[in-house]
Amino acid sequence: MATISTHPDCVPVVSYRFGKGATAIDKYLELDGYKSARKALELGPDGIIGEMKASNLRGRGGAGFPTGLKWSFVPKQAPRPKYVLVNGDESEPGTCKDRLIFEHDPHSVIEGVIIAGLAIQAKMGFIYLRGEYRYLLKIMEKAVEDAYAKGFLGKNIFGSGIDFDIVTQTGAGAYEVGEESALMESLEGKRGVPRIRPPFPAVVGLYGGPTIINNAETIATVPHIFRIGGAEYAKLGTERNGGTRLFCLSGHLQRPGVYELPMGYNLKRMIYEVGGGIRDGKKLKAVVPGGSSTPVLLPEEIDIGMDFDQVGKAGSMLGSGGVVVLDETVCIVEFALRTMKFYQHESCGWCIPCREGTDWLKKSLTRLHAGGAVDKDIDNIRYLAENMLGRTFCPLGDAAAMPTLGFVKKFRKEFEDHLEGRGCPYHKAREEETALV
Amino acid sequence: MSTQSGQPGTIFSPALAARFDKLVTLYPVKRSALVPMLLYAQDEVGYLSDPVIAEVAQRIGITELDVRNVISYYSLLRTKPAGKYNVQVCTNISCMLRGGNEILEHCKKKLGIPNKGVTPDGLFSLEEVECIGACSWAPAAQVNYDFHENLTPEKIDGVLAGYKAANRGTGK
Amino acid sequence: MADVTFTVDGKKLTAPAGTLLIEACRTHGIEIPAFCYYPGLSLQAACRMCVVRIEKVPKLQTACTTPVAENMVVTTESPEIAQARKATIELLLGNHPLDCPVCDAGGECELQDMTFKYGAHESKFVEIKQHREEQQWSPVVFFDRPRCILCYRCVRVCGEGMDVWALGIQNRGAGAVIAPNKQDHLECEECGMCIDICPVGALTSGTYRYKTRPWEMNHVGTICTHCGDGCRTTLGVRRGDDGMDIVRGDNRDKSGINGDFLCIKGRYAFDFANREDRLTKPLIRQADGKLAPVNWDQAIEFAGKKLREIRDARGGGAIGVIGSNRTTNEEAYLLQKFARTVLGTNNIDHHRTADYPAFAAALNHSIEPGAGSSGTPALAGKAEASLRDFASAKAILMLGNDPTEQHPGLAWQIRTNVRLNNARLYVANHELIKLRRQATSFLQIREGDYPALIAYLGGDDSALDGNGEAAKLREAIRGEESLLVAFGSEFRGGDVSALVRFGSLLPTVKFACLADYVNSRGAADMGLYPDLLPGYVPVGAAAHFAEEYGSALPAQPGFDLVQMFDAAERGALGALYVVGSNPIARYGVDPAALSNTFLIVQDMFLTETAQLADVVLPAANLYEKAGTVTNAFGDLQMVKKAADKAGVRTDFELIVRLAGALGADPKKLVPFGRRGVQADFGQARGAQSGEVDRHGVWLAAHHLEPKLSPFDPFAILDEIQRLVPAYNVPHFELLAGDDQHLRPGLVRIEDAGSRRDLVLPSNDTLFSSGTLGRYSQMLSSVMEARKPAETAAD
Ligand SMILES: Cc1cc2nc3c(=O)[nH]c(=O)nc-3n(C[C@H](O)[C@H](O)[C@H](O)COP(=O)(O)O)c2cc1C
Ligand code: SF4
Ligand code: FES
Repeated sequence: MATISTHPDCVPVVSYRFGKGATAIDKYLELDGYKSARKALELGPDGIIGEMKASNLRGRGGAGFPTGLKWSFVPKQAPRPKYVLVNGDESEPGTCKDRLIFEHDPHSVIEGVIIAGLAIQAKMGFIYLRGEYRYLLKIMEKAVEDAYAKGFLGKNIFGSGIDFDIVTQTGAGAYEVGEESALMESLEGKRGVPRIRPPFPAVVGLYGGPTIINNAETIATVPHIFRIGGAEYAKLGTERNGGTRLFCLSGHLQRPGVYELPMGYNLKRMIYEVGGGIRDGKKLKAVVPGGSSTPVLLPEEIDIGMDFDQVGKAGSMLGSGGVVVLDETVCIVEFALRTMKFYQHESCGWCIPCREGTDWLKKSLTRLHAGGAVDKDIDNIRYLAENMLGRTFCPLGDAAAMPTLGFVKKFRKEFEDHLEGRGCPYHKAREEETALV
Repeated sequence: MSTQSGQPGTIFSPALAARFDKLVTLYPVKRSALVPMLLYAQDEVGYLSDPVIAEVAQRIGITELDVRNVISYYSLLRTKPAGKYNVQVCTNISCMLRGGNEILEHCKKKLGIPNKGVTPDGLFSLEEVECIGACSWAPAAQVNYDFHENLTPEKIDGVLAGYKAANRGTGK
Repeated sequence: MADVTFTVDGKKLTAPAGTLLIEACRTHGIEIPAFCYYPGLSLQAACRMCVVRIEKVPKLQTACTTPVAENMVVTTESPEIAQARKATIELLLGNHPLDCPVCDAGGECELQDMTFKYGAHESKFVEIKQHREEQQWSPVVFFDRPRCILCYRCVRVCGEGMDVWALGIQNRGAGAVIAPNKQDHLECEECGMCIDICPVGALTSGTYRYKTRPWEMNHVGTICTHCGDGCRTTLGVRRGDDGMDIVRGDNRDKSGINGDFLCIKGRYAFDFANREDRLTKPLIRQADGKLAPVNWDQAIEFAGKKLREIRDARGGGAIGVIGSNRTTNEEAYLLQKFARTVLGTNNIDHHRTADYPAFAAALNHSIEPGAGSSGTPALAGKAEASLRDFASAKAILMLGNDPTEQHPGLAWQIRTNVRLNNARLYVANHELIKLRRQATSFLQIREGDYPALIAYLGGDDSALDGNGEAAKLREAIRGEESLLVAFGSEFRGGDVSALVRFGSLLPTVKFACLADYVNSRGAADMGLYPDLLPGYVPVGAAAHFAEEYGSALPAQPGFDLVQMFDAAERGALGALYVVGSNPIARYGVDPAALSNTFLIVQDMFLTETAQLADVVLPAANLYEKAGTVTNAFGDLQMVKKAADKAGVRTDFELIVRLAGALGADPKKLVPFGRRGVQADFGQARGAQSGEVDRHGVWLAAHHLEPKLSPFDPFAILDEIQRLVPAYNVPHFELLAGDDQHLRPGLVRIEDAGSRRDLVLPSNDTLFSSGTLGRYSQMLSSVMEARKPAETAAD
């Protein structure tokens, strides 16, 4: 069982019920469960959206789009049914937070979906978990069943006269399906290839109906916002970055773990105090602040607040909240290669720059890491990444290009050290890599 | 072939056939049930064989080509049998930093099979996989759907031994 | 939609709101490169070649998905954009085999063109390219994976365009690959649309692969010789051992009535022309009963002499003539003129595949003001639908026939119209035809219930046991403002009139009467009937024909095809002249019936009929001659000479020479040099007749009038246009290659209902084409490969 980690600076909002047996609906109810949904019912759509806007909650899936604003884009009148879709595909390397929510507090997701549904007058919601999280499906299915039994789902929920259904399912292994339009395709039983936008999901989404898509953490936060009040929630964070979020600390830390910290929490403190600093007394080399797709930060760049705006200003992104910490023993080329291998593997293959670009980047980095590269290869790598950036069909291409550019720019010397014949100064390349040279 | 559960012609167990009958009714369109159906079928049959593909296509009312297009997109879906216990070792960044590659190498040696190999007795198969969502508890692996985290070579030995024993326990 | 104004590369342009930028630019002559975009197919935005800069938008945008908007300011070429496109091409080339020198698409490859334009010739990659063996997916489709750039055009044209859905995409990322529906092979309609639409050489055709390079061929746009749709096909021809060989058929010229479409026959089934067993020498039956080659003069002399003897001894009534569904209008016309004026007989017929006389009569009856006896309103201004109309009509009623198999071009137009314009399609059929998948409503009736259906639609509730579907259909049709009605050969005689009468109850209606072969319609229009002259003029009312021909014409109807064989059996038919037809096989005639008849057969092959002949004259096919043909819809089109075969003669020439051998004055038969006949300036004879062209140019340069010869079919087109007013369409447009829809007013006869019904549908499928189809190796191999599977992928 995966558990949340704690530190005195932690502010448990989303994780308020973690470890308290809240998977059982009665326990959930005891811990203020389903009160927010009732409150939302009283508030009505406009009231709900108003409260959400006041909370300054920004999407936890990666892009940090203001959630209240997103909901307000859904047209009141629509020719087709509206839907709420929970993105539980969590696959960005470095990220393992949604898993905790489903495992410890499944009803908070259900309640969040209900509130979102009330906000846009949808009648149906879907909770999509990544395929690897099959064990969580059982927990979610049970929770949904219990909610039906209590009359919180189904016909006439909470005696309000409103009907609302939820279907849960898993994917089958595909990072790209986390991208919202690819997620809809996948839910419709198709290959996870993104859709052309516009139209945006808020207008034409699942089955052609207006659809709200939110990250699982975003949705699980919703009932808590109604529990403590939107304005109060906002106050926990920084300007335009309301509340707290689950940060996933991983890599060379003393105490890796998922911690709930206020938005804007200082990254350096996160590493050295919350995470206990670098393990084995080693020196910090680099930090990937928001999941594998976010550009790397150097030790001297980490004295920043972890919110969307401040990390953006520092030249990277807050992303999905996955803080990956690298100590001095890490070979950046190898790290870049492993990152690219992932994107190459996960590219859906639809568009040329991403499909071919990730493939060539992987090949070039492999050769570089194994010592078979020549001078121009480094510039080639940069050239490739630059020419993918902003040119692909969906942001996966960017997600592959951005970190690569960061590595080349900030660690060029290390790339050069790998050139022809020299190989990796840190450790031997894997066999299949050398085989390629 | 029949789409009614319990009727002859289905290659699935009555329970699964019944589940499929229900699944297609849950969604606004039948086809939405495709990915879940494929997963459940794979769990029961072990892999997505030609007859599985044919029946699923027929139940949903799409072509077999369509089903194959979808299957080949998702990395968890397979058209060839894997071992009874499919060991999936994550080597993505967070795991790599904490020894994921070593765990993988250790498994290769221990099981005597390469990446994507299956042991001769069909008990284990090994796969290097992308991030499985256990970054803060790295390195990690999944055996079928079970997570094993904060691994060390010794710990994975224990995990593998556990499955071996469990298998003996089932008498197979 | 209202027009919006926007700026592209500094030019102010307007286009209807909602138009895609890429289209709006194309309309104004600004070409934005694209691999994945294809007009009329769903949008992909996958190749990223069409990126443009739009003011105030941070990233480059894809022109293929961006609708134009008021005041939008767009740049389509700039260093930044060129760089983006160049990088995309570089990425594609990274794994592309660069086997252009041997690739079928070399010289016709969009990737090559783009590389040339954006200069991505320097390879950035050192890795070894992945090689994969080429795969054969069907007799006609080959797949070369490394060449594929994944533009998904093939997948879409097969699915969306053809409604076949035989191609898919498998795997993901760099492993993504186009896959056929049966894992390692295709089961489909073999239309070859995927090959045609492939911008590179990833999909290549079984008939053409590795045969030649595009620039070594001449490309001649002409009309497919197979079904009654008359699609434009462009034949690639190359000099061969004994003439010009056809190496390829495609639809590179999209201006034809078929637009983007060609079926297997139009694309591949030209191969009969190159067959080894093609007749190239005239044959005469010898004393030993065997056919032996002779020279042309001998053959013509002999045939002419025999015909003359029989005519002079027993009268024209002792001679029969059977014409063809695949010769040109000029040839069909000439054949009937020859029969009537030289042989002096009305014993002339052809294999009828639709009841055009009835159709023409019914329409004619309706368009003459006041003609509506018994209260039938006149169908003034309503007439016949062109094939093009089916691409834009708001509503279509399809009665009988199976267009997917028998009229693939029509099926394409209908599907496209439904898909792109939401046209409403109503289908009634006795079979579950595939086109029902596009239908707003489909009604299955019993085979014999078509007349009842018409009566029911016309308001007679008792005609059809009023099931709900029928009622819905009637209701829907009554609600249509305008309707196209296409009907198959299930309708004949009185049923056709009834149908047209029913149509006259609707506000606006047009009809199409479907027939089976390229010139079935022309054969009918040109009077290959024992009782009808060209334009369906009854033989008894031949006045202006007699005047034009300068001789009396036989006034009594002659034998129809069946009567001819009856007469032969009785010993009453001294001679039979069969042109491009195989009645022995088609009608199952007992060969013994012809034992006392002198038989002349003019054909490409030694068919069942030719085997019985006393004289066999090797004929050219439609791809080896010029002239005009009329498709089932009354669209008149020009055929151009593409190929050449040493030893054969056009039917036109053979008829003229035979007439000469009978002692007729060729000038009377073919009015060359008379009455303002226009020369065709060499165009009609196709690119191969270099000599004729040179003559024309030389003559024109010397201010001399090009002269027509008696063997030039265009010498007779004027006469046709004079005598059959419906054919009097603008000459120049026709010669320029545009299809011209016939004018109304074709017919004068009244008693269509009482004529004998001799319509024999050919029941061809996508993979058969009467006797001719049997001589296509390609069609045979596809049929072989498909056994025992069904035909159309349904
Ligand atoms: C390639 C790619 C993968 C993504 N994966 C995920 C994911 O696994 N989980 C997620 O919540 N959002 C993911 N996103 C972001 C979603 O597209 C979407 O922005 C998000 O679900 C919106 O929810 P939010 O507003 O609550 O953040 C991904 C985006 C991209 C481009
Ligand atoms: S960038 Fe292109 S290829 Fe990559 S995942 Fe997105 S759509 Fe697919
Ligand atoms: S044509 Fe626009 S992306 Fe391919």
